Amino acid sequence: MNCYLTFNQIYTINEKNLSITERFTQKFRGEIKVKDKFIKAQQEKLTLGAIDRRQFMTSAIAAGIAIPTALSLASDAIAATPKKGGKFRMGLGHGSTTDTLDSGTSENHFTLVNGYTFGNHLTEINSDGKLVGELAETFESDDGKTWVFNLRKGVEFHNGKTMTSEDVLASYEHHMGEKSTSAAKGSLSPVKSIKADGKYKVIMELDSPDTDFPYIVSDYHISIRPAGDMTSGVGTGGYIVQSFEPGVKSVLKRNPNYWKEGAAHFDEVELLSIVDPNARQTALISGEIDAMDRVDLKTINLMKRNPNINIMQATGTAHYTFPMRLNVDPFGDYDLRMALKWAVDRQELVDKILLGYGAVGNDIPIGTANYFHNSDLPQREFDADKAAFHYKKSGHSGKIQLSAADAAFAGAVDAAQLMANSAKKAGIDIEVIREPNDGYWSNVWNNDAKGWCACYWGGRPAETMMFSAAYVAESKWNDTMWKTTDSAVKFNKLVKDARKELNESKKRDILYECQRLIYDDGGLLCPLFNSYVSANSKKIAHGKIAANWDSDGAKCVERWWFA
Amino acid sequence: MHPVIKTVLERLGLGLATLFFVSIIIFSAIEMLPGDFGQAILGQAALPETVAAFRQELGLDKPAYIRYFDWALGAIQGDLGTSFSGRNASGADRSAEVVDKIAPRLWNTLFLASMAALIAVPLSLILGILTALYRNSFFDRSVNTATLTTISFPEFFVAYILILFFASLNQIFPSLANVDPDTNFGERIYRTALPAFTLTLVIVAHMMRMTRAAIINLLASPYIQMAKLSGASQTEIILKHALPNAWAPIATVIAFNLAYLVVGVVVVEVVFVYPGVGQLMVDAVRTRDIPVVQGCALIFAVTYILLNLIADIIGIVTNPRLLHPK
Repeated sequence: MNCYLTFNQIYTINEKNLSITERFTQKFRGEIKVKDKFIKAQQEKLTLGAIDRRQFMTSAIAAGIAIPTALSLASDAIAATPKKGGKFRMGLGHGSTTDTLDSGTSENHFTLVNGYTFGNHLTEINSDGKLVGELAETFESDDGKTWVFNLRKGVEFHNGKTMTSEDVLASYEHHMGEKSTSAAKGSLSPVKSIKADGKYKVIMELDSPDTDFPYIVSDYHISIRPAGDMTSGVGTGGYIVQSFEPGVKSVLKRNPNYWKEGAAHFDEVELLSIVDPNARQTALISGEIDAMDRVDLKTINLMKRNPNINIMQATGTAHYTFPMRLNVDPFGDYDLRMALKWAVDRQELVDKILLGYGAVGNDIPIGTANYFHNSDLPQREFDADKAAFHYKKSGHSGKIQLSAADAAFAGAVDAAQLMANSAKKAGIDIEVIREPNDGYWSNVWNNDAKGWCACYWGGRPAETMMFSAAYVAESKWNDTMWKTTDSAVKFNKLVKDARKELNESKKRDILYECQRLIYDDGGLLCPLFNSYVSANSKKIAHGKIAANWDSDGAKCVERWWFA
Repeated sequence: MHPVIKTVLERLGLGLATLFFVSIIIFSAIEMLPGDFGQAILGQAALPETVAAFRQELGLDKPAYIRYFDWALGAIQGDLGTSFSGRNASGADRSAEVVDKIAPRLWNTLFLASMAALIAVPLSLILGILTALYRNSFFDRSVNTATLTTISFPEFFVAYILILFFASLNQIFPSLANVDPDTNFGERIYRTALPAFTLTLVIVAHMMRMTRAAIINLLASPYIQMAKLSGASQTEIILKHALPNAWAPIATVIAFNLAYLVVGVVVVEVVFVYPGVGQLMVDAVRTRDIPVVQGCALIFAVTYILLNLIADIIGIVTNPRLLHPK
């Protein structure tokens, strides 16, 4: 079976746009009476990728525009064909003096964007949210266990060397080797062996079937570099690193021999680390940069007033969680967990913590952006009666401690306070403990000393990947320690089945059941899916915006252009 | 031996002793930092094995006193060790020498500090002398009020106000002071203008008021009365008679503020995205890059000790009584 096609067909993560658009459209219909304004907004959304062409047409016709006119309006918006040239300057809210060009230690959004700008991977998630081949032209597996990656021919590294299977092997060894310090070591641990078959074919053998494996190789850590040089920033990407000052900036210029068509439009690129949100916004307003990530939500309304700036929002797979550890008292009790799940006012958290830029979570780590998101599960809302009922049944009394620090996510402590507040209405006493940001990930999160804390997850494009990251029994990041209950045992078996399953509808059934088990019995309290909110100058043009990472899937540099 | 040289040598010896104790304090303080470099750099993704591999490779498993002596001996020879970041296990070690990491940023910091000092020191001396000359006048009061206002606001607030007026509303100066080694001198001055103004506003009050107070204090002395009775003008009294005796306290305050300009401007660096040594140190603390933290702390200590030494020497050589012993 050729999985290239199958994956294209199956994994369209894009479905989420429907609901967002519907909401948007309704909102716009209510608020804006001037037809032109509405059409203009729709046109903008069409370019942003918030709606597709057909939806645009429908809404335009609904607004009373004749079909030919609507068609040409749609073309106007899309006709902005990429133009080459210009110097693109981007301000990023991350970056540290300890950053490197070694993708194995890549850990923040600056290194992520920089890495995707000068390097390529075997596969990539395109702006439609589909998994496609990148340096691997195609990839296939008959049983989900043996994966064959057919490499693209004639791809050159920045140093002139032609990319072959030798380089892929060396790059993978860099992350998989025994002494490897790569952060991707864990996600590549299922790979039992990797070997080359000629210059342009790489075969990977997994220890158990995983039909979602091609998603893993698109991970930003696993960049393909020339054999013998994993760290100096030589890649196959659309831009060549000119200079890299950790924590300050990365200067790149276009790779004239870039193999990918219709990508890498800017002549020069400057990625600046501007950690202070105010400095970033001032730089954008005064035109010193062309785009920025992580808009400060508190001042977003002021920025919206600026006529030269576009605000972009993408709700992807990223979510904020409050994992309860089942092996720590009292969270082993099903009813207590259920009581806490019902005691959270999720909408209040979206409104007050995310200021509306996000969506409510449903205690599953899978968002509406995921293809197999289980939408049959009723949305949990604040219900004091149900919470009190389960709390009483659990027989627990006294304070329940909740640890939080803003290191988990911005506003985590406030969110915990709001949760304590709503839980009080159900008679549950939550004591919020403010932890130091310093050492939060080693001393608080995923630590038996703290039974309940705040956490965030970037999410994963494939459901089984998310489950493997934090919910299967053998995961080291299993921060809920949901391992031994009947449901957990069943869940672990089902995830294995899902990895093997090649039939879409069967896979859907299994993954839906997995989500139901977490929803019902798991230690996960997931109240929020946060949006990526970024801003750019109106001089910047782009196609559809991907939601798998901030900044157009962190690939904005090769995807955007100057209008 | 001339008493001035003797005092200078004495102070120098004391400075070295201070430095030794400071180095011990720095080292032990960093030992007590919570967290672990491996976990900090790998973040949420750190697995016990990868962290252990990191620790072993960096020699963090050795006892603390051995690591102290290794470091101290290296530091005496100008080798501050190798930064922890930028390492990987495949053998290719691209981590930078601490000296190479600090040097360009230290140069940036010194540049900004000198610019701020070149504006602030003459300005506060002149204002200090003028306010002493016209003390209790309207001029004196308004200068005092203005400088006290600017010192009372936190630096980032002063910085944002300057950005608002000079970068956002009127685009006179850039809001980003992102210089690199290739930036030419004129451009560098232009780019660092706003941070330099911010720092000036923050430090002027302290130096200016000290100058004013030191001079006014002396004006009550009998020898000034004598000069006044002998018919010297007010300006002459202040510049010729009072100021030479007032240099010691003024120099101390100036040294204090100059040291602050080198070691304490991280907030201003962040607001203006200026690649200075403060930001480097904060990042290094955050990621537990111990050699860099130690290197920065040591350089800061040296800065303080040296500037105070210079202030002492200025105090001595400008003091007529010490300069001309009986």
